[in-house]
Amino acid sequence: MTTRLRARELTLSYGERVVSTKLSLDVPDGAFTAIVGPNACGKSTLLRAFVRLLRPAAGTVSLDDQQIAAYGSKALARSVGFLPQDPLAPDDIKVRQLVARGRFPHQSLLSMWSQEDEEAVTEAMETAGVSELADRPVQELSGGQRQRAWVAMVLAQRTPYLLLDEPTSFLDITHQYRLLTLLARLRDEGRTVVAVLHDINQACRFADHLVAMKEGRIIAEGAAADIVDAALLKEVFDLPCVVVPDPVTETPMVVPTHFDDP
Amino acid sequence: MISTETRPAPTSTARWHVAVLVGGFALLAAVAVVSIGIGAQAVPPMDVLRALVAPDGSANQLIVLEVRAPRALLAIGVGAALGVAGVLIQTLSRNALAEPGILGVSTGAGFAMTIGAALGGVASPAAELLVATLGAAGATLLVYAVGRTAPLRLVLTGVALSAVLSGISLGLRLMSPDVFDKYRFWSVGSLAGREQAPLLVPMLAIGLALVGALLLSRSLNAAALGEAVARTLGANIARVRLATLVLITVLAGAATAVAGPILFVGLIVPHVARRLARGSVPWLTGYALVLGPLLMLLADIGSRVLLPTGEVPVAIVTGFLGGPMLIWAVRKYGAGSL
Amino acid sequence: MSALVLRAGRRSFRVERRTLWLSAILLGTILALGFVGLCYGGATWASPGEVLAALTGAADSVVIVEWRLPRVVAAMVFGCALGAAGAIFQTLTRNPLGSPDVIGLDAGAYTGALFAFTVLAGTSGQLAVSSVLGGLLVAALIYLLSLSNGLSGLRLVVIGIAVNAMLQALNSWIVLRADLEVAMAAGAWNAGSLNGVDWADLVLPLPILAGLLATLLVWFRPIQQSTLGDAVAATTGVGLDRLRLMMVLIGVGCTATVTAVAGPIAFIALAAPQIGRRLARTPGVALLPAALTGAVLLLTADLLAQMLLSPESLPVGVVTTAIGGCYLIWLLTQEVRRR
Repeated sequence: MTTRLRARELTLSYGERVVSTKLSLDVPDGAFTAIVGPNACGKSTLLRAFVRLLRPAAGTVSLDDQQIAAYGSKALARSVGFLPQDPLAPDDIKVRQLVARGRFPHQSLLSMWSQEDEEAVTEAMETAGVSELADRPVQELSGGQRQRAWVAMVLAQRTPYLLLDEPTSFLDITHQYRLLTLLARLRDEGRTVVAVLHDINQACRFADHLVAMKEGRIIAEGAAADIVDAALLKEVFDLPCVVVPDPVTETPMVVPTHFDDP
Repeated sequence: MISTETRPAPTSTARWHVAVLVGGFALLAAVAVVSIGIGAQAVPPMDVLRALVAPDGSANQLIVLEVRAPRALLAIGVGAALGVAGVLIQTLSRNALAEPGILGVSTGAGFAMTIGAALGGVASPAAELLVATLGAAGATLLVYAVGRTAPLRLVLTGVALSAVLSGISLGLRLMSPDVFDKYRFWSVGSLAGREQAPLLVPMLAIGLALVGALLLSRSLNAAALGEAVARTLGANIARVRLATLVLITVLAGAATAVAGPILFVGLIVPHVARRLARGSVPWLTGYALVLGPLLMLLADIGSRVLLPTGEVPVAIVTGFLGGPMLIWAVRKYGAGSL
Repeated sequence: MSALVLRAGRRSFRVERRTLWLSAILLGTILALGFVGLCYGGATWASPGEVLAALTGAADSVVIVEWRLPRVVAAMVFGCALGAAGAIFQTLTRNPLGSPDVIGLDAGAYTGALFAFTVLAGTSGQLAVSSVLGGLLVAALIYLLSLSNGLSGLRLVVIGIAVNAMLQALNSWIVLRADLEVAMAAGAWNAGSLNGVDWADLVLPLPILAGLLATLLVWFRPIQQSTLGDAVAATTGVGLDRLRLMMVLIGVGCTATVTAVAGPIAFIALAAPQIGRRLARTPGVALLPAALTGAVLLLTADLLAQMLLSPESLPVGVVTTAIGGCYLIWLLTQEVRRR
């Protein structure tokens, strides 16, 4: 597997509070990478370092052997798209307008709206399934629709890399699976997808590459079938469980047992 | 989270709060004694205590009893009123930048004073008090009537009405030098000489409203969790909001009426108190009850000793005390945590 | 579709119909008010015919071309500048209270002016220089104090409010200690006024403001993008640090330039963006509606300031606060009723 996006020896901190030290991760190209771990294990922080929202105290993140710190704002935004956990849409913005904002890195200060912009927006809305909502205000949408509108915005950015921070939270189970299926399809079309996911079973089913984190460190990474077992779950989540094959996809499926301490 | 805030706090936390509060009150008493002693005629702390406990009619004691003690009491009342009003408005509007003035309290009072002075009807201190209180109450009612549905709208309405009233009163003042002169002295909040005004009614109002605020703080605790959660917890949001606004008006209105507009106490006291109270509105109110008077007393001492040539109005001292404090707090803790 | 799409080959330009209509209406109102402003002045009316003749050069009229026209132009441009400055600051700080008059720029200018009044002779030149210096110093101070690991909007507002309150305390103390006459002159200056503005006063400010507003247009798209929140704005390619510095510079530049000529005209920067946004219902920044609303507000206020107590002329700031505030309250009550 080739990698173009990689983190080397990162020290990540918010002010005085150090989240991670010596953290390294190679993001496999053209694959779906899922990062899992308990709350506050530093998985979102790692994602934020990959999109330069957090400047590492030490270490580097590089894309195509060039440090991302050296990229221009728009150049990086044409390569790496990011959806934060709970993005906030401005008042009164309509879905189409929101999606069109994803074209920002492809425009110069004075350039006008081009045919390519228009195509990218239409395609993104179709892919994310929000074409019918184009003229609806984002505020009035349901949680699932709103999340898909935001995904469409990131898709309109047309970046080879797509990083998403817990994109399935607040969605019902159908919308969760639809969104993950959409991400898998984008992977099939050649994009590299990295998502922080809450649900280990969904991560096992959809991800090609699983990264398990705890307390700012990567405990294990690799294909789900190779790394997910009861011992790992115990170590990362402190969850007693059995791991059985998923009846549909044969990927590992985690079934919790009983806690020792009731 | 919710359970710890609605049920009585764990005893260790409660004990910690009580200890800090008792320490705060002790400090407040000490500062009050110092404040009473300081002035053109310095009185040693022991004499102050003796005058308060066993008056014997000496000249020093007369100063203490007739001038200094009432003034200290005034500072304590005004400080507590403004601090607690600040807690109430910030909790209600969920806006850490809100202060009682945002409801139009001081501009309402100022507007009424200007009109009163322009019409020539306001001569006695009692009349001034009445006019200022009416102005403050009228402005707050209007702001509440328009902005009651959402915190942000409340703040915007307050700013808008304040602008209207201050614009009109500025116009009136610019046309009449007498009114301008009278207003420029009133508009800088001061405690000097105000202890001679009839203070019983406003101080009584402040006292009652403070008790009311303490009683209400539990419901506000629930209201702080947002409308939906508050409702499921059984708090009647509309009633809590109305009661809070009435209390803010009484507290800030009475304080402004007796001392004139004093900036910052209502803004900075809740910020400092919030660091100590850790998310509980009742404790927050308690801390504001100590910190407000403390800040006012210190500012009042400052207003008497800072310049050798005469007194600096206390509002200017609070401005220069509170400004750097707020800037320091923002830089240290970040604006998001305010 | 509520949007209008203009096409030129493979390029196109999309505008919301509502914004377009609103801008046209506001522009029409501005021109109409400006025309009325040319007709009226010093408690006398000129007929529309006379004004047209004077404007086209068919007749000589010192009153209309040399006295009233600069005043009307000043009201238009200054109103736009203040409205735009307010929109910039409110976008930057994500807070309707983050306007230049709330975060201390006006108070700083007043401190400068008070210095000119009490220490210097208080000539208009001294007033312009010292008030601009006061405003700029305060802006720099607030900006530097707000910087730490990047600029945060809310931190800027809070520090601005703190500095503003301190300056207000200082100002009212100076007013308190000054002679009544000096104090009243300073109070009148602080209310802001377009009385006696002539072409000579505008030679420098007009090009400066035009330049600032043009720069603003160039930066409009990043500013709009920044309303998606820091994270999305940054990852879609907005250089936030540079953008924020740019916004502060433009906002402060507009405010300071207007203050130098007309004193701190209060409330337009605060009210115009709020009114404009509610009228336009556009997402994010309603820069154009804010600027145009600012011009309408200032023109109306200046006319009323001349008419209300004619032949006496009120400081325009008194009227801007009164009508702007009333209108904002009315808008807010309408909103309450709609829900």
